[in-house]
Amino acid sequence: MDTQAQDYWRANLRLVTVLLTIWFICSYLFGILLVDQLNAIKVGGAGLGFWFAQQGSIYTFLVLIFIYVIRMNALDKKFGVHED
Amino acid sequence: MDLQLLTYIVVGITFALYIGIAFWARAHSTSEFYAAGRGIHPIANGMATAADWMSAASFISMAGLIAFNGYGASVFLMGWTGGYVLLALLLAPYLRKFGKFTVPEFIGDRFYSKTARIVAVICLILASITYVIGQMKGIGVAFSRFLETGYDTGLYIGMGIVFIYSVLGGMKGITYTQIAQYVVLIFAYTVPAVFISLHLTDNPIPQLGLIDNMSGSATPMLDKLDQVVTDLGFKQYTTQVMGNTLNMFVYTLTLMIGTAGLPHVIIRFFTVPRVKDARSSAGWALVFIAILYTTAPAVGSMARLNLMNTIQVGEVGSPDGNLAYADRPQWFKNWEATGLLQYEDKNGDGRIQYYNDKNPAFAEKARAWGWKGNEMVKVDRDIMVLANPEIAKLPDWVIALVVAGGLAAALSTAAGLLLAIASSISHDLVKGMIHPNISERAELLTSRLTMTGAILLAGYLGLHPPDFAAGTVAIAFGLAAASIFPALMMGIFHKRMNRAGAIWGMIAGIGITLLYVFQHKGIMFVPGTSFLGDMKPNWFFGISPNAFGAVGALINFAVAIAVSRMTTPPPEHIQHLVEHIRVPSGATGPTGH
Repeated sequence: MDTQAQDYWRANLRLVTVLLTIWFICSYLFGILLVDQLNAIKVGGAGLGFWFAQQGSIYTFLVLIFIYVIRMNALDKKFGVHED
Repeated sequence: MDLQLLTYIVVGITFALYIGIAFWARAHSTSEFYAAGRGIHPIANGMATAADWMSAASFISMAGLIAFNGYGASVFLMGWTGGYVLLALLLAPYLRKFGKFTVPEFIGDRFYSKTARIVAVICLILASITYVIGQMKGIGVAFSRFLETGYDTGLYIGMGIVFIYSVLGGMKGITYTQIAQYVVLIFAYTVPAVFISLHLTDNPIPQLGLIDNMSGSATPMLDKLDQVVTDLGFKQYTTQVMGNTLNMFVYTLTLMIGTAGLPHVIIRFFTVPRVKDARSSAGWALVFIAILYTTAPAVGSMARLNLMNTIQVGEVGSPDGNLAYADRPQWFKNWEATGLLQYEDKNGDGRIQYYNDKNPAFAEKARAWGWKGNEMVKVDRDIMVLANPEIAKLPDWVIALVVAGGLAAALSTAAGLLLAIASSISHDLVKGMIHPNISERAELLTSRLTMTGAILLAGYLGLHPPDFAAGTVAIAFGLAAASIFPALMMGIFHKRMNRAGAIWGMIAGIGITLLYVFQHKGIMFVPGTSFLGDMKPNWFFGISPNAFGAVGALINFAVAIAVSRMTTPPPEHIQHLVEHIRVPSGATGPTGH
């Protein structure tokens, strides 16, 4: 693999790692492992932990995918590996 | 106009629409049959993927499980959405760049081995058939209510409809019909949710109604629900867990990685024009899925509240606090006719006592009131969404719409899965291995015959499903998680992964998962063949069979990496192939011939 492609791949992996860390935090950490602690905080009539498990994690997932799409399209251009 | 007639009309109109579209877009070549050419816009593709994805498990079953498992059912909500992040970030763009039709094709080429391809085909068929059993359960429930017959009859009729519907069309027919089905199902899901949310909380947006106060009071709806259920000895809604924390963690992980390993979803990303579109298609799919998934917790919690309030009309323990059986509402009678709701007057007082008799302290208290056990002896979780608008006394047209939506969800997924099964048999097995010179006509015929066989098998197994629709579907995810996802991921991210590693990894992963599931649930779910019984004390660290796939996936990764270290690295051209799929430029269309 030439260095250009290697740099592209490394930038990609970095982005994916950051996004998957957030993915883990909003679902497994907030929604499951820390749920009791977070439930002490209220969003409207629900505990925050409960809210993350049933609502917040899903909204976060959506944002993560669209950030990925935008960032990857930019990386494709920067490294000149975009299609057509 | 009575409800029955209205339901016939609404279901009839939606079916005419799907069949019309399927006929208009009938597939003529194998390339169209599998992958709809490549001219599908990401938003359209996302919507079709969402319909394909949201099956009877999501539409009919999930809110019912939420209603009865409360917080514990969050595993389904996170698990069935979080997988899209994995799909978008780790698989979709690369599989699109690779440019083939099926998942086994990728595995066969990447691991330069026909054996790997066959192993992938077998894993895929096991997962898909299990998934279709779950759909059949949902279809059986919907048809039995719709036609007011028993569950078995409902299932047979459903099988007939699925047959007509999926065997005639193909991917292209399915893509456009699925867009129509998405519109029907999301409308059918959200309309009653808005009505019920307005009624209970004065908030028209169910997502906000969930966290709002009861109408005309300062008590949050969820607090009210917690109180109502604990008053009858049930676990507190917002804190009850499914098994234990470890089980919830593993269950969620299984559903997430299973999402990213299920062939009928992955196949969607072969059908977009560019790599760029594969990424955004996953995002659009999740947008359309999230509309239903964020509504479901409101539907589940409010349905539970309405159900409890219907039966426990007065103060708990007071002589006339419970609904008299003779005064039961029409929906109660309708569901009794299907056998999915059963009442038994244990203390002979002609009233309905619905409480948790498994809670010793509460059962003791109940005995003092003359209650002799929970009299709602069967409340099938899968009836909740369909019964919900009736319980909330919504107008008949809403009820008819929900039946049509449930059927749309079940049919669209069943069709997508059957297509994945058919393509793996006819394309990967017959054309790829046994008979490479098969004509297009013969290949199409083979896939249609395969679909027929799969419908019959899944229908037969659906007579005694291993769990509620969503639970059965969860097992399918476990199988996909343990076999396909690790192989795909290592194929892309681990250049050193070789033939032997991938094959042994898949075998070990699916093997251990199957062993765990079958020993508790019966061999291929046939009743009476489970050799440990479905008993919690026998569960490994309290992990339920439905949740075990993630453990299987870990074993898959471990075995694959160990074996690949001990065997020769993949040849030069395979390493180049991996480098090639990692960059978007130079993508071509799917070539399967």
